[in-house]
Amino acid sequence: MTPAAIAANRFGIGMRGDATPAADPVAALHQELSQFQPRPAALASVPNRKAAAEALEQLRMATRESKQSASSAAPGPAGAAGNDTARGAARHEVRDLYIDSVGARVNAALQTPTPWLERLVHFWSNHFAVSVDKQPVLAFAGLLEFEAIRPQLLGRFADMLIAVEHHPAMLLYLDQAQSIGQDSVVGQRRSDYGAKQHGLNENLAREILELHTLGVRSGYSQNDVTELARALTGWTVAGLGGNRRRRRGFFAAEPAPGEAFFREPQHEPGARQILGKRYASSGARQSKAVLADLARHRATAQHIATKLAQHFAGDSPSSELVARLSHTFLETDGDLPQLYRTLLEAPECWNSAALKFKSPWDWSLSALRSINLDNVEAKAAAGLLLELGQAVWKPGSPAGYDDLAASWAAPDALVRRVEAGQRIAQRAPRGLDARALAAQVLPGGVSESTSKVLSQAESGPQALALLWASPEFMRR
Amino acid sequence: MSTHTRRQFIAGSLLAAASTSMPRLLLAAADTARRFVFIIQRGAADGLATIMPTGDPELPRLRAALIAEGGTRLDSMFTAHPALVAISDLYQQREALFAHAIATPYRDRSHFDAQNVLETGGPKPYHLNDGWLNRLLTLLPKSAAQAIALSATIPVALRGAVEVGSYAPSNLPEAREDLKSRVAMLYESDPMLHELWQQAQATQAMAGDSAGGKRDPAALGTLAARMLGGDGSARVAMIETLGWDTHFGQAGRLANELKGLDALIGALRAGLGDQWRQTIVLVATEFGRTAAANGTGGTDHGTASAAMLLGGAVQGGRVIADWPGLAANRLYEGRDLRATMSLDSFIAGALAEHYQLDAARVATRLFPQVPLPSAPVSGLIRA
Repeated sequence: MTPAAIAANRFGIGMRGDATPAADPVAALHQELSQFQPRPAALASVPNRKAAAEALEQLRMATRESKQSASSAAPGPAGAAGNDTARGAARHEVRDLYIDSVGARVNAALQTPTPWLERLVHFWSNHFAVSVDKQPVLAFAGLLEFEAIRPQLLGRFADMLIAVEHHPAMLLYLDQAQSIGQDSVVGQRRSDYGAKQHGLNENLAREILELHTLGVRSGYSQNDVTELARALTGWTVAGLGGNRRRRRGFFAAEPAPGEAFFREPQHEPGARQILGKRYASSGARQSKAVLADLARHRATAQHIATKLAQHFAGDSPSSELVARLSHTFLETDGDLPQLYRTLLEAPECWNSAALKFKSPWDWSLSALRSINLDNVEAKAAAGLLLELGQAVWKPGSPAGYDDLAASWAAPDALVRRVEAGQRIAQRAPRGLDARALAAQVLPGGVSESTSKVLSQAESGPQALALLWASPEFMRR
Repeated sequence: MSTHTRRQFIAGSLLAAASTSMPRLLLAAADTARRFVFIIQRGAADGLATIMPTGDPELPRLRAALIAEGGTRLDSMFTAHPALVAISDLYQQREALFAHAIATPYRDRSHFDAQNVLETGGPKPYHLNDGWLNRLLTLLPKSAAQAIALSATIPVALRGAVEVGSYAPSNLPEAREDLKSRVAMLYESDPMLHELWQQAQATQAMAGDSAGGKRDPAALGTLAARMLGGDGSARVAMIETLGWDTHFGQAGRLANELKGLDALIGALRAGLGDQWRQTIVLVATEFGRTAAANGTGGTDHGTASAAMLLGGAVQGGRVIADWPGLAANRLYEGRDLRATMSLDSFIAGALAEHYQLDAARVATRLFPQVPLPSAPVSGLIRA
């Protein structure tokens, strides 16, 4: 790969067919750091938290009515059917919030003037993964990326971490919204509330330590997990975090539904002891203080450095590169632009061998960008990524999608790309010459054998499908 | 498996694709009869709720709200969850065996590390790069070593030196033959892509017209049966199931997942017909869940769980467990079901008997870094 091809495909998310190649691709990547748009036009009309909460509330009501009519003594068939229709419509509404957000994400990536920073948005969004197989997350997943990742992309790691862990999507995904301190006011009174149990849930705390900050096997204990879970109690989502029925008259006025906030009566009182350090009782600020310390921990620096190196310098990056990134992280207190510059300056990231097998997301975006699309239909985009095995915001686990060739390069996965390529090519603008496009989007050109197969294609669309199937296009 | 064998397999499949019939390879019947399916439950399935120790007096104290009503009484100690209808039926026909208080050597509580241990067969996470299921293939007669992942990509347990297929139903329109042959040309000088492409073509031929099918658990069971059914098709398969991480609202969610697993098994059994008699299916998860319910109607990450061995070749109709008990002082670290059986020994024992191989050899090959804490479990498979 030439430096121009590396800039466009390894750092960026694929060259557009209509882009003017930069005279100095490295300088252009540095310049992106001053041109990032946290909220580009493509995201202007994405649904907000209020819409998400309202859609979920409607679904809850419809589900309850449908259950009530199903269990009532004489359910009129028409009434039951009506309730099921209402429930179906409410479900669709929640699903549409997700689809619209996927469409916005894809279009932002197609239109972006800063493709390398756009890749970093996707990187962090996957690092702090939520998964829409949980229904409330379906409504909120896009907002996590748009509200907590993008605005913090060029800030400090600590700020991104705190924004993410206190975002409604994360609080809902990892069960924090329902977690209640045993000795909190609510925890103490829980027996008043009848049979339903309420108590501590350690899911978010564990994943913060294991996946978001220190990394697994970095020396924390089960006790650190439990203590962090206690420090986090109280953080919940208005109108969605349980206790809905009992809220009135017990809790002070709460924010609008869908907003994350600190509900003091749920918070485990007292000081906490985490990784050998004592955190005084400080309510909402207690978990933030812990997160701020976790964000500057040596193990966190090592963990983030390894993942970034793996994303840009191949599946098994050199320990020297990881050490340099980790050093930058610690020296700058997690200043993200400094980390990005370290990557740009690393010779390991400019290795001319194709270091990475593209993920389905990478492959799709680079294909769509190569034929100059600015907008794609949201539903089609979501469906494409689903079929290719990387449904947006649906990795199925808080670890996010894997970043290794072994995870993506598989027989069936390859067939699907060829099938998807055939389909996209049939809908591509007419008159594009795949051979010319190859020279543009894979600067430095393709191999002789690829070029021969492209030139012998039976039609323009088939040539495009072959370009996207080519070994050069599969990797970055 | 040698490269030669794989090529032969592919050549047969491609030929079959051209003549629209299933591939036919002349194989010794004894080599090909045995089938093995590994179903992984990702997310830590709650063994205590699946195979409930209803005879343990501590159970109601720990998790009254999580004990499902009804279910099939298995013996004086255990009751199967009521969603396990087809599986309980197998139990009554002595074709299902459950192993309880069982775990891999992993003792921390990370899903991802634990799944790595479960799939690689290593003593600790990321110690081995290939999976035990792939290493099993190296022990089998070449004709019995055709393996497939019922997913678009290949799970860690099946990764390794032996080439394996992957396949899952897709809604994308199939690529035209002309395009496919040109893609093959594109990959002629790229060994990795060439290999993948060849495998894919062979597998597509095997799947036949099931492409584009439904993706519910029963359809997956039917597809797996088809993949395992014909002459010259796969003999080993791996299926991934998700949704077992029930931190919240466990009762309903777990019942749903178990119902799906039950439907998958029912369809697999129906689809395999007579071949079910020579089949074993292992169902296992990375670790269990806390003995007590948590504060949100669910359970948190634990230690030991339950595993299943299903199939006509299984010496079933029993639960094997050295039951540690659920009293507070018997729980691991005061919270989890204690592991009293090694999942590695269980797997090694079952596969050695199934394939009539030397148990010690199977154990060292599949779990090479582990001096197994106990000998491979024997008597799991019908003689």
